[in-house]
Amino acid sequence: MNALLESARRADERRAKAAIGIRDRWSSLPRPWRIAVLIAFIALLYSLPGLDIPLITTPDTDFTSVLFLCAVYVLVAVGLNVVIGLAGLLDLGYIGFYAVGAYTVAILGSPNSPVVVKYPWIVCVPIAIAVAMLSGVILGWPTLRLRGDYLAIVTLGFGEIIRVFALNSDITNGNRGINAVPTPSEADWPSWMTWFPTIHEGRPVFSVSSVIGFYWLALTVVIICMLGVRRLERSRVGRSWLAIREDEEAAELMGVPTFKYKLWAFAIGAALGGLSGALFFSKQTFINAQGFDLFTSILWVAAVVIGGAGNQLGVAVGAILLAYLPERFREFTDYRLLIFGVALIVMTIFRPQGLLPSRRRTVELEDRAKEAPVA
Amino acid sequence: MLEVDNVTIRFGGVVALDGVDFVVREGEILGLIGPNGAGKTTCFNAITGVAKPTKGAIRFNGESVAGRKRYKITRLGIARTFQNIRLFPEMTALENVLVGADARHKTSVVGALLRVYRVPVKRHELAEVTATGGLARLAQQARRTGQRFFGLSRHTLEERAARAKATELLRLVGIDVRAGELARNLSYGEQRRLEIARALATEPGLLCLDEPAAGFNPAEKEELLALIRKIRDTGVTVLLIEHDMRLVMGVTDRIVVMEFGKKIAEGTPAEVRENPKVIAAYLGVPADAA
Repeated sequence: MNALLESARRADERRAKAAIGIRDRWSSLPRPWRIAVLIAFIALLYSLPGLDIPLITTPDTDFTSVLFLCAVYVLVAVGLNVVIGLAGLLDLGYIGFYAVGAYTVAILGSPNSPVVVKYPWIVCVPIAIAVAMLSGVILGWPTLRLRGDYLAIVTLGFGEIIRVFALNSDITNGNRGINAVPTPSEADWPSWMTWFPTIHEGRPVFSVSSVIGFYWLALTVVIICMLGVRRLERSRVGRSWLAIREDEEAAELMGVPTFKYKLWAFAIGAALGGLSGALFFSKQTFINAQGFDLFTSILWVAAVVIGGAGNQLGVAVGAILLAYLPERFREFTDYRLLIFGVALIVMTIFRPQGLLPSRRRTVELEDRAKEAPVA
Repeated sequence: MLEVDNVTIRFGGVVALDGVDFVVREGEILGLIGPNGAGKTTCFNAITGVAKPTKGAIRFNGESVAGRKRYKITRLGIARTFQNIRLFPEMTALENVLVGADARHKTSVVGALLRVYRVPVKRHELAEVTATGGLARLAQQARRTGQRFFGLSRHTLEERAARAKATELLRLVGIDVRAGELARNLSYGEQRRLEIARALATEPGLLCLDEPAAGFNPAEKEELLALIRKIRDTGVTVLLIEHDMRLVMGVTDRIVVMEFGKKIAEGTPAEVRENPKVIAAYLGVPADAA
């Protein structure tokens, strides 16, 4: 048994080294090359629905819908990564923000909601982001003075409060839910967008029969958000977040307004969560309180940790696994909590820094491994 | 420059500081000494806002420090190091210093995201075109042209200046070759130096060093002495907590001696050395004299 563990560990170390090798080679490429490769990769992502690659495409479900789900989950993970990976705040109720975003779009945009006026999608989404962000600030203002586990418990409560509220309130139509959630329909588009191909293979791109428009939209949003978060990461903001994660008091004494930056991390995370909720339910067109359970929230945290907290590419991979595996292997669906739970345990033993870790975490944990036998 | 005015701090029933009174003058190196538990670090904590005085006032350049947020005190111009090193272990040495430098930066969160606040750049500061041909040259030219028309964002300029400043500070404390190393991988002495560099990056008027020589060998202490003098010569006032009497005597202009939360003596090193109270505090009182 021990030999088996040992060989698994060694194989894993080899893989980790190989991964770092690739990263080094990648960063040593000249910038134009890197941009060119990235553009090619993004083009591949956009054309994935049409390529029909064997083994990857899902036999039981519409592949484009799966891709759309993946994109939404990646957006969720990118937002959660700001909160958990960068600022080091454990948020277990992230789904609350997702729900706030989704419900804002539904309530404002659906004719069947208590708010009878029907606003177009393009108006609803920015409002949804703003409301989610505001809810993040309102939650964060009193609670960000708490640390670690205490914050986790409060956010856990927040997620549940939102769900129970949605289930019982009149404004959300209770358990009946709201249908006719607005979609980005052609009619609402500004005139300068008319060049956009609205018909794909004979069907309107934003419709139940063809979800390719939703996928492209979500993918575009994901790319923009990832670039934005990357900018923050590589500025004083990201540095401050890291410093707060490392030693909050020392950061404050070095002139970092820690509360302000924690609140920003929370607000940005909430805004991205709200945006992903808004996107997902504008494709779904029906919303009720079923989709916002605690388990999903915890699975998202698991995806971020398994993927590699702190590294955007890592958390994206984690999110894609979470969204894709149950769709590709239907048998997986019933066991996904079990499997992700086991994966989490295995990962914390063998690869606690995640699949694609941020570079610093790799070093941190390798060092700890070296120290362990001595102690 | 810094006035500590009759400051008392109580933690429950314990009186950590009891009516402490002293002044730090601009441009001097003031030593704060005393046996363990005398309240030296508590005094630092009061100055930097970590501990709130129960009574009394602390003024820095005439402005009251008490009740201010800690990061605002730092921006006022008081920086400190810690007795037990408190770096950001998973950040590189350079990044650690950059966090300090950020205390003077103006880029906001939105500014860092959108980078719309542009500053024009002079011709010689434009990006250089170094590639000899091909795609790379084209990209560099595009970059240069872009900078000519749109300038650079404040974020970029601040980032550049901060990097230059941080490198210089690392050189000052003598660990510039380790700039890219994670702080946790630096040796003990290097970590102590990095703390000083990080504190200096906040551009303080007053630098508070909490036992910077703890655990140093004599050669390292000698280097540290030189470094502290160099820092003072750049115009930074230094407040130094130290156990090592020789170090304190060698470098300070004046010394404040504390015992059991009270100031028991103050003066030049020579005066303090002769002071019977100080001798008693450090060496104990002979049984027959008591």
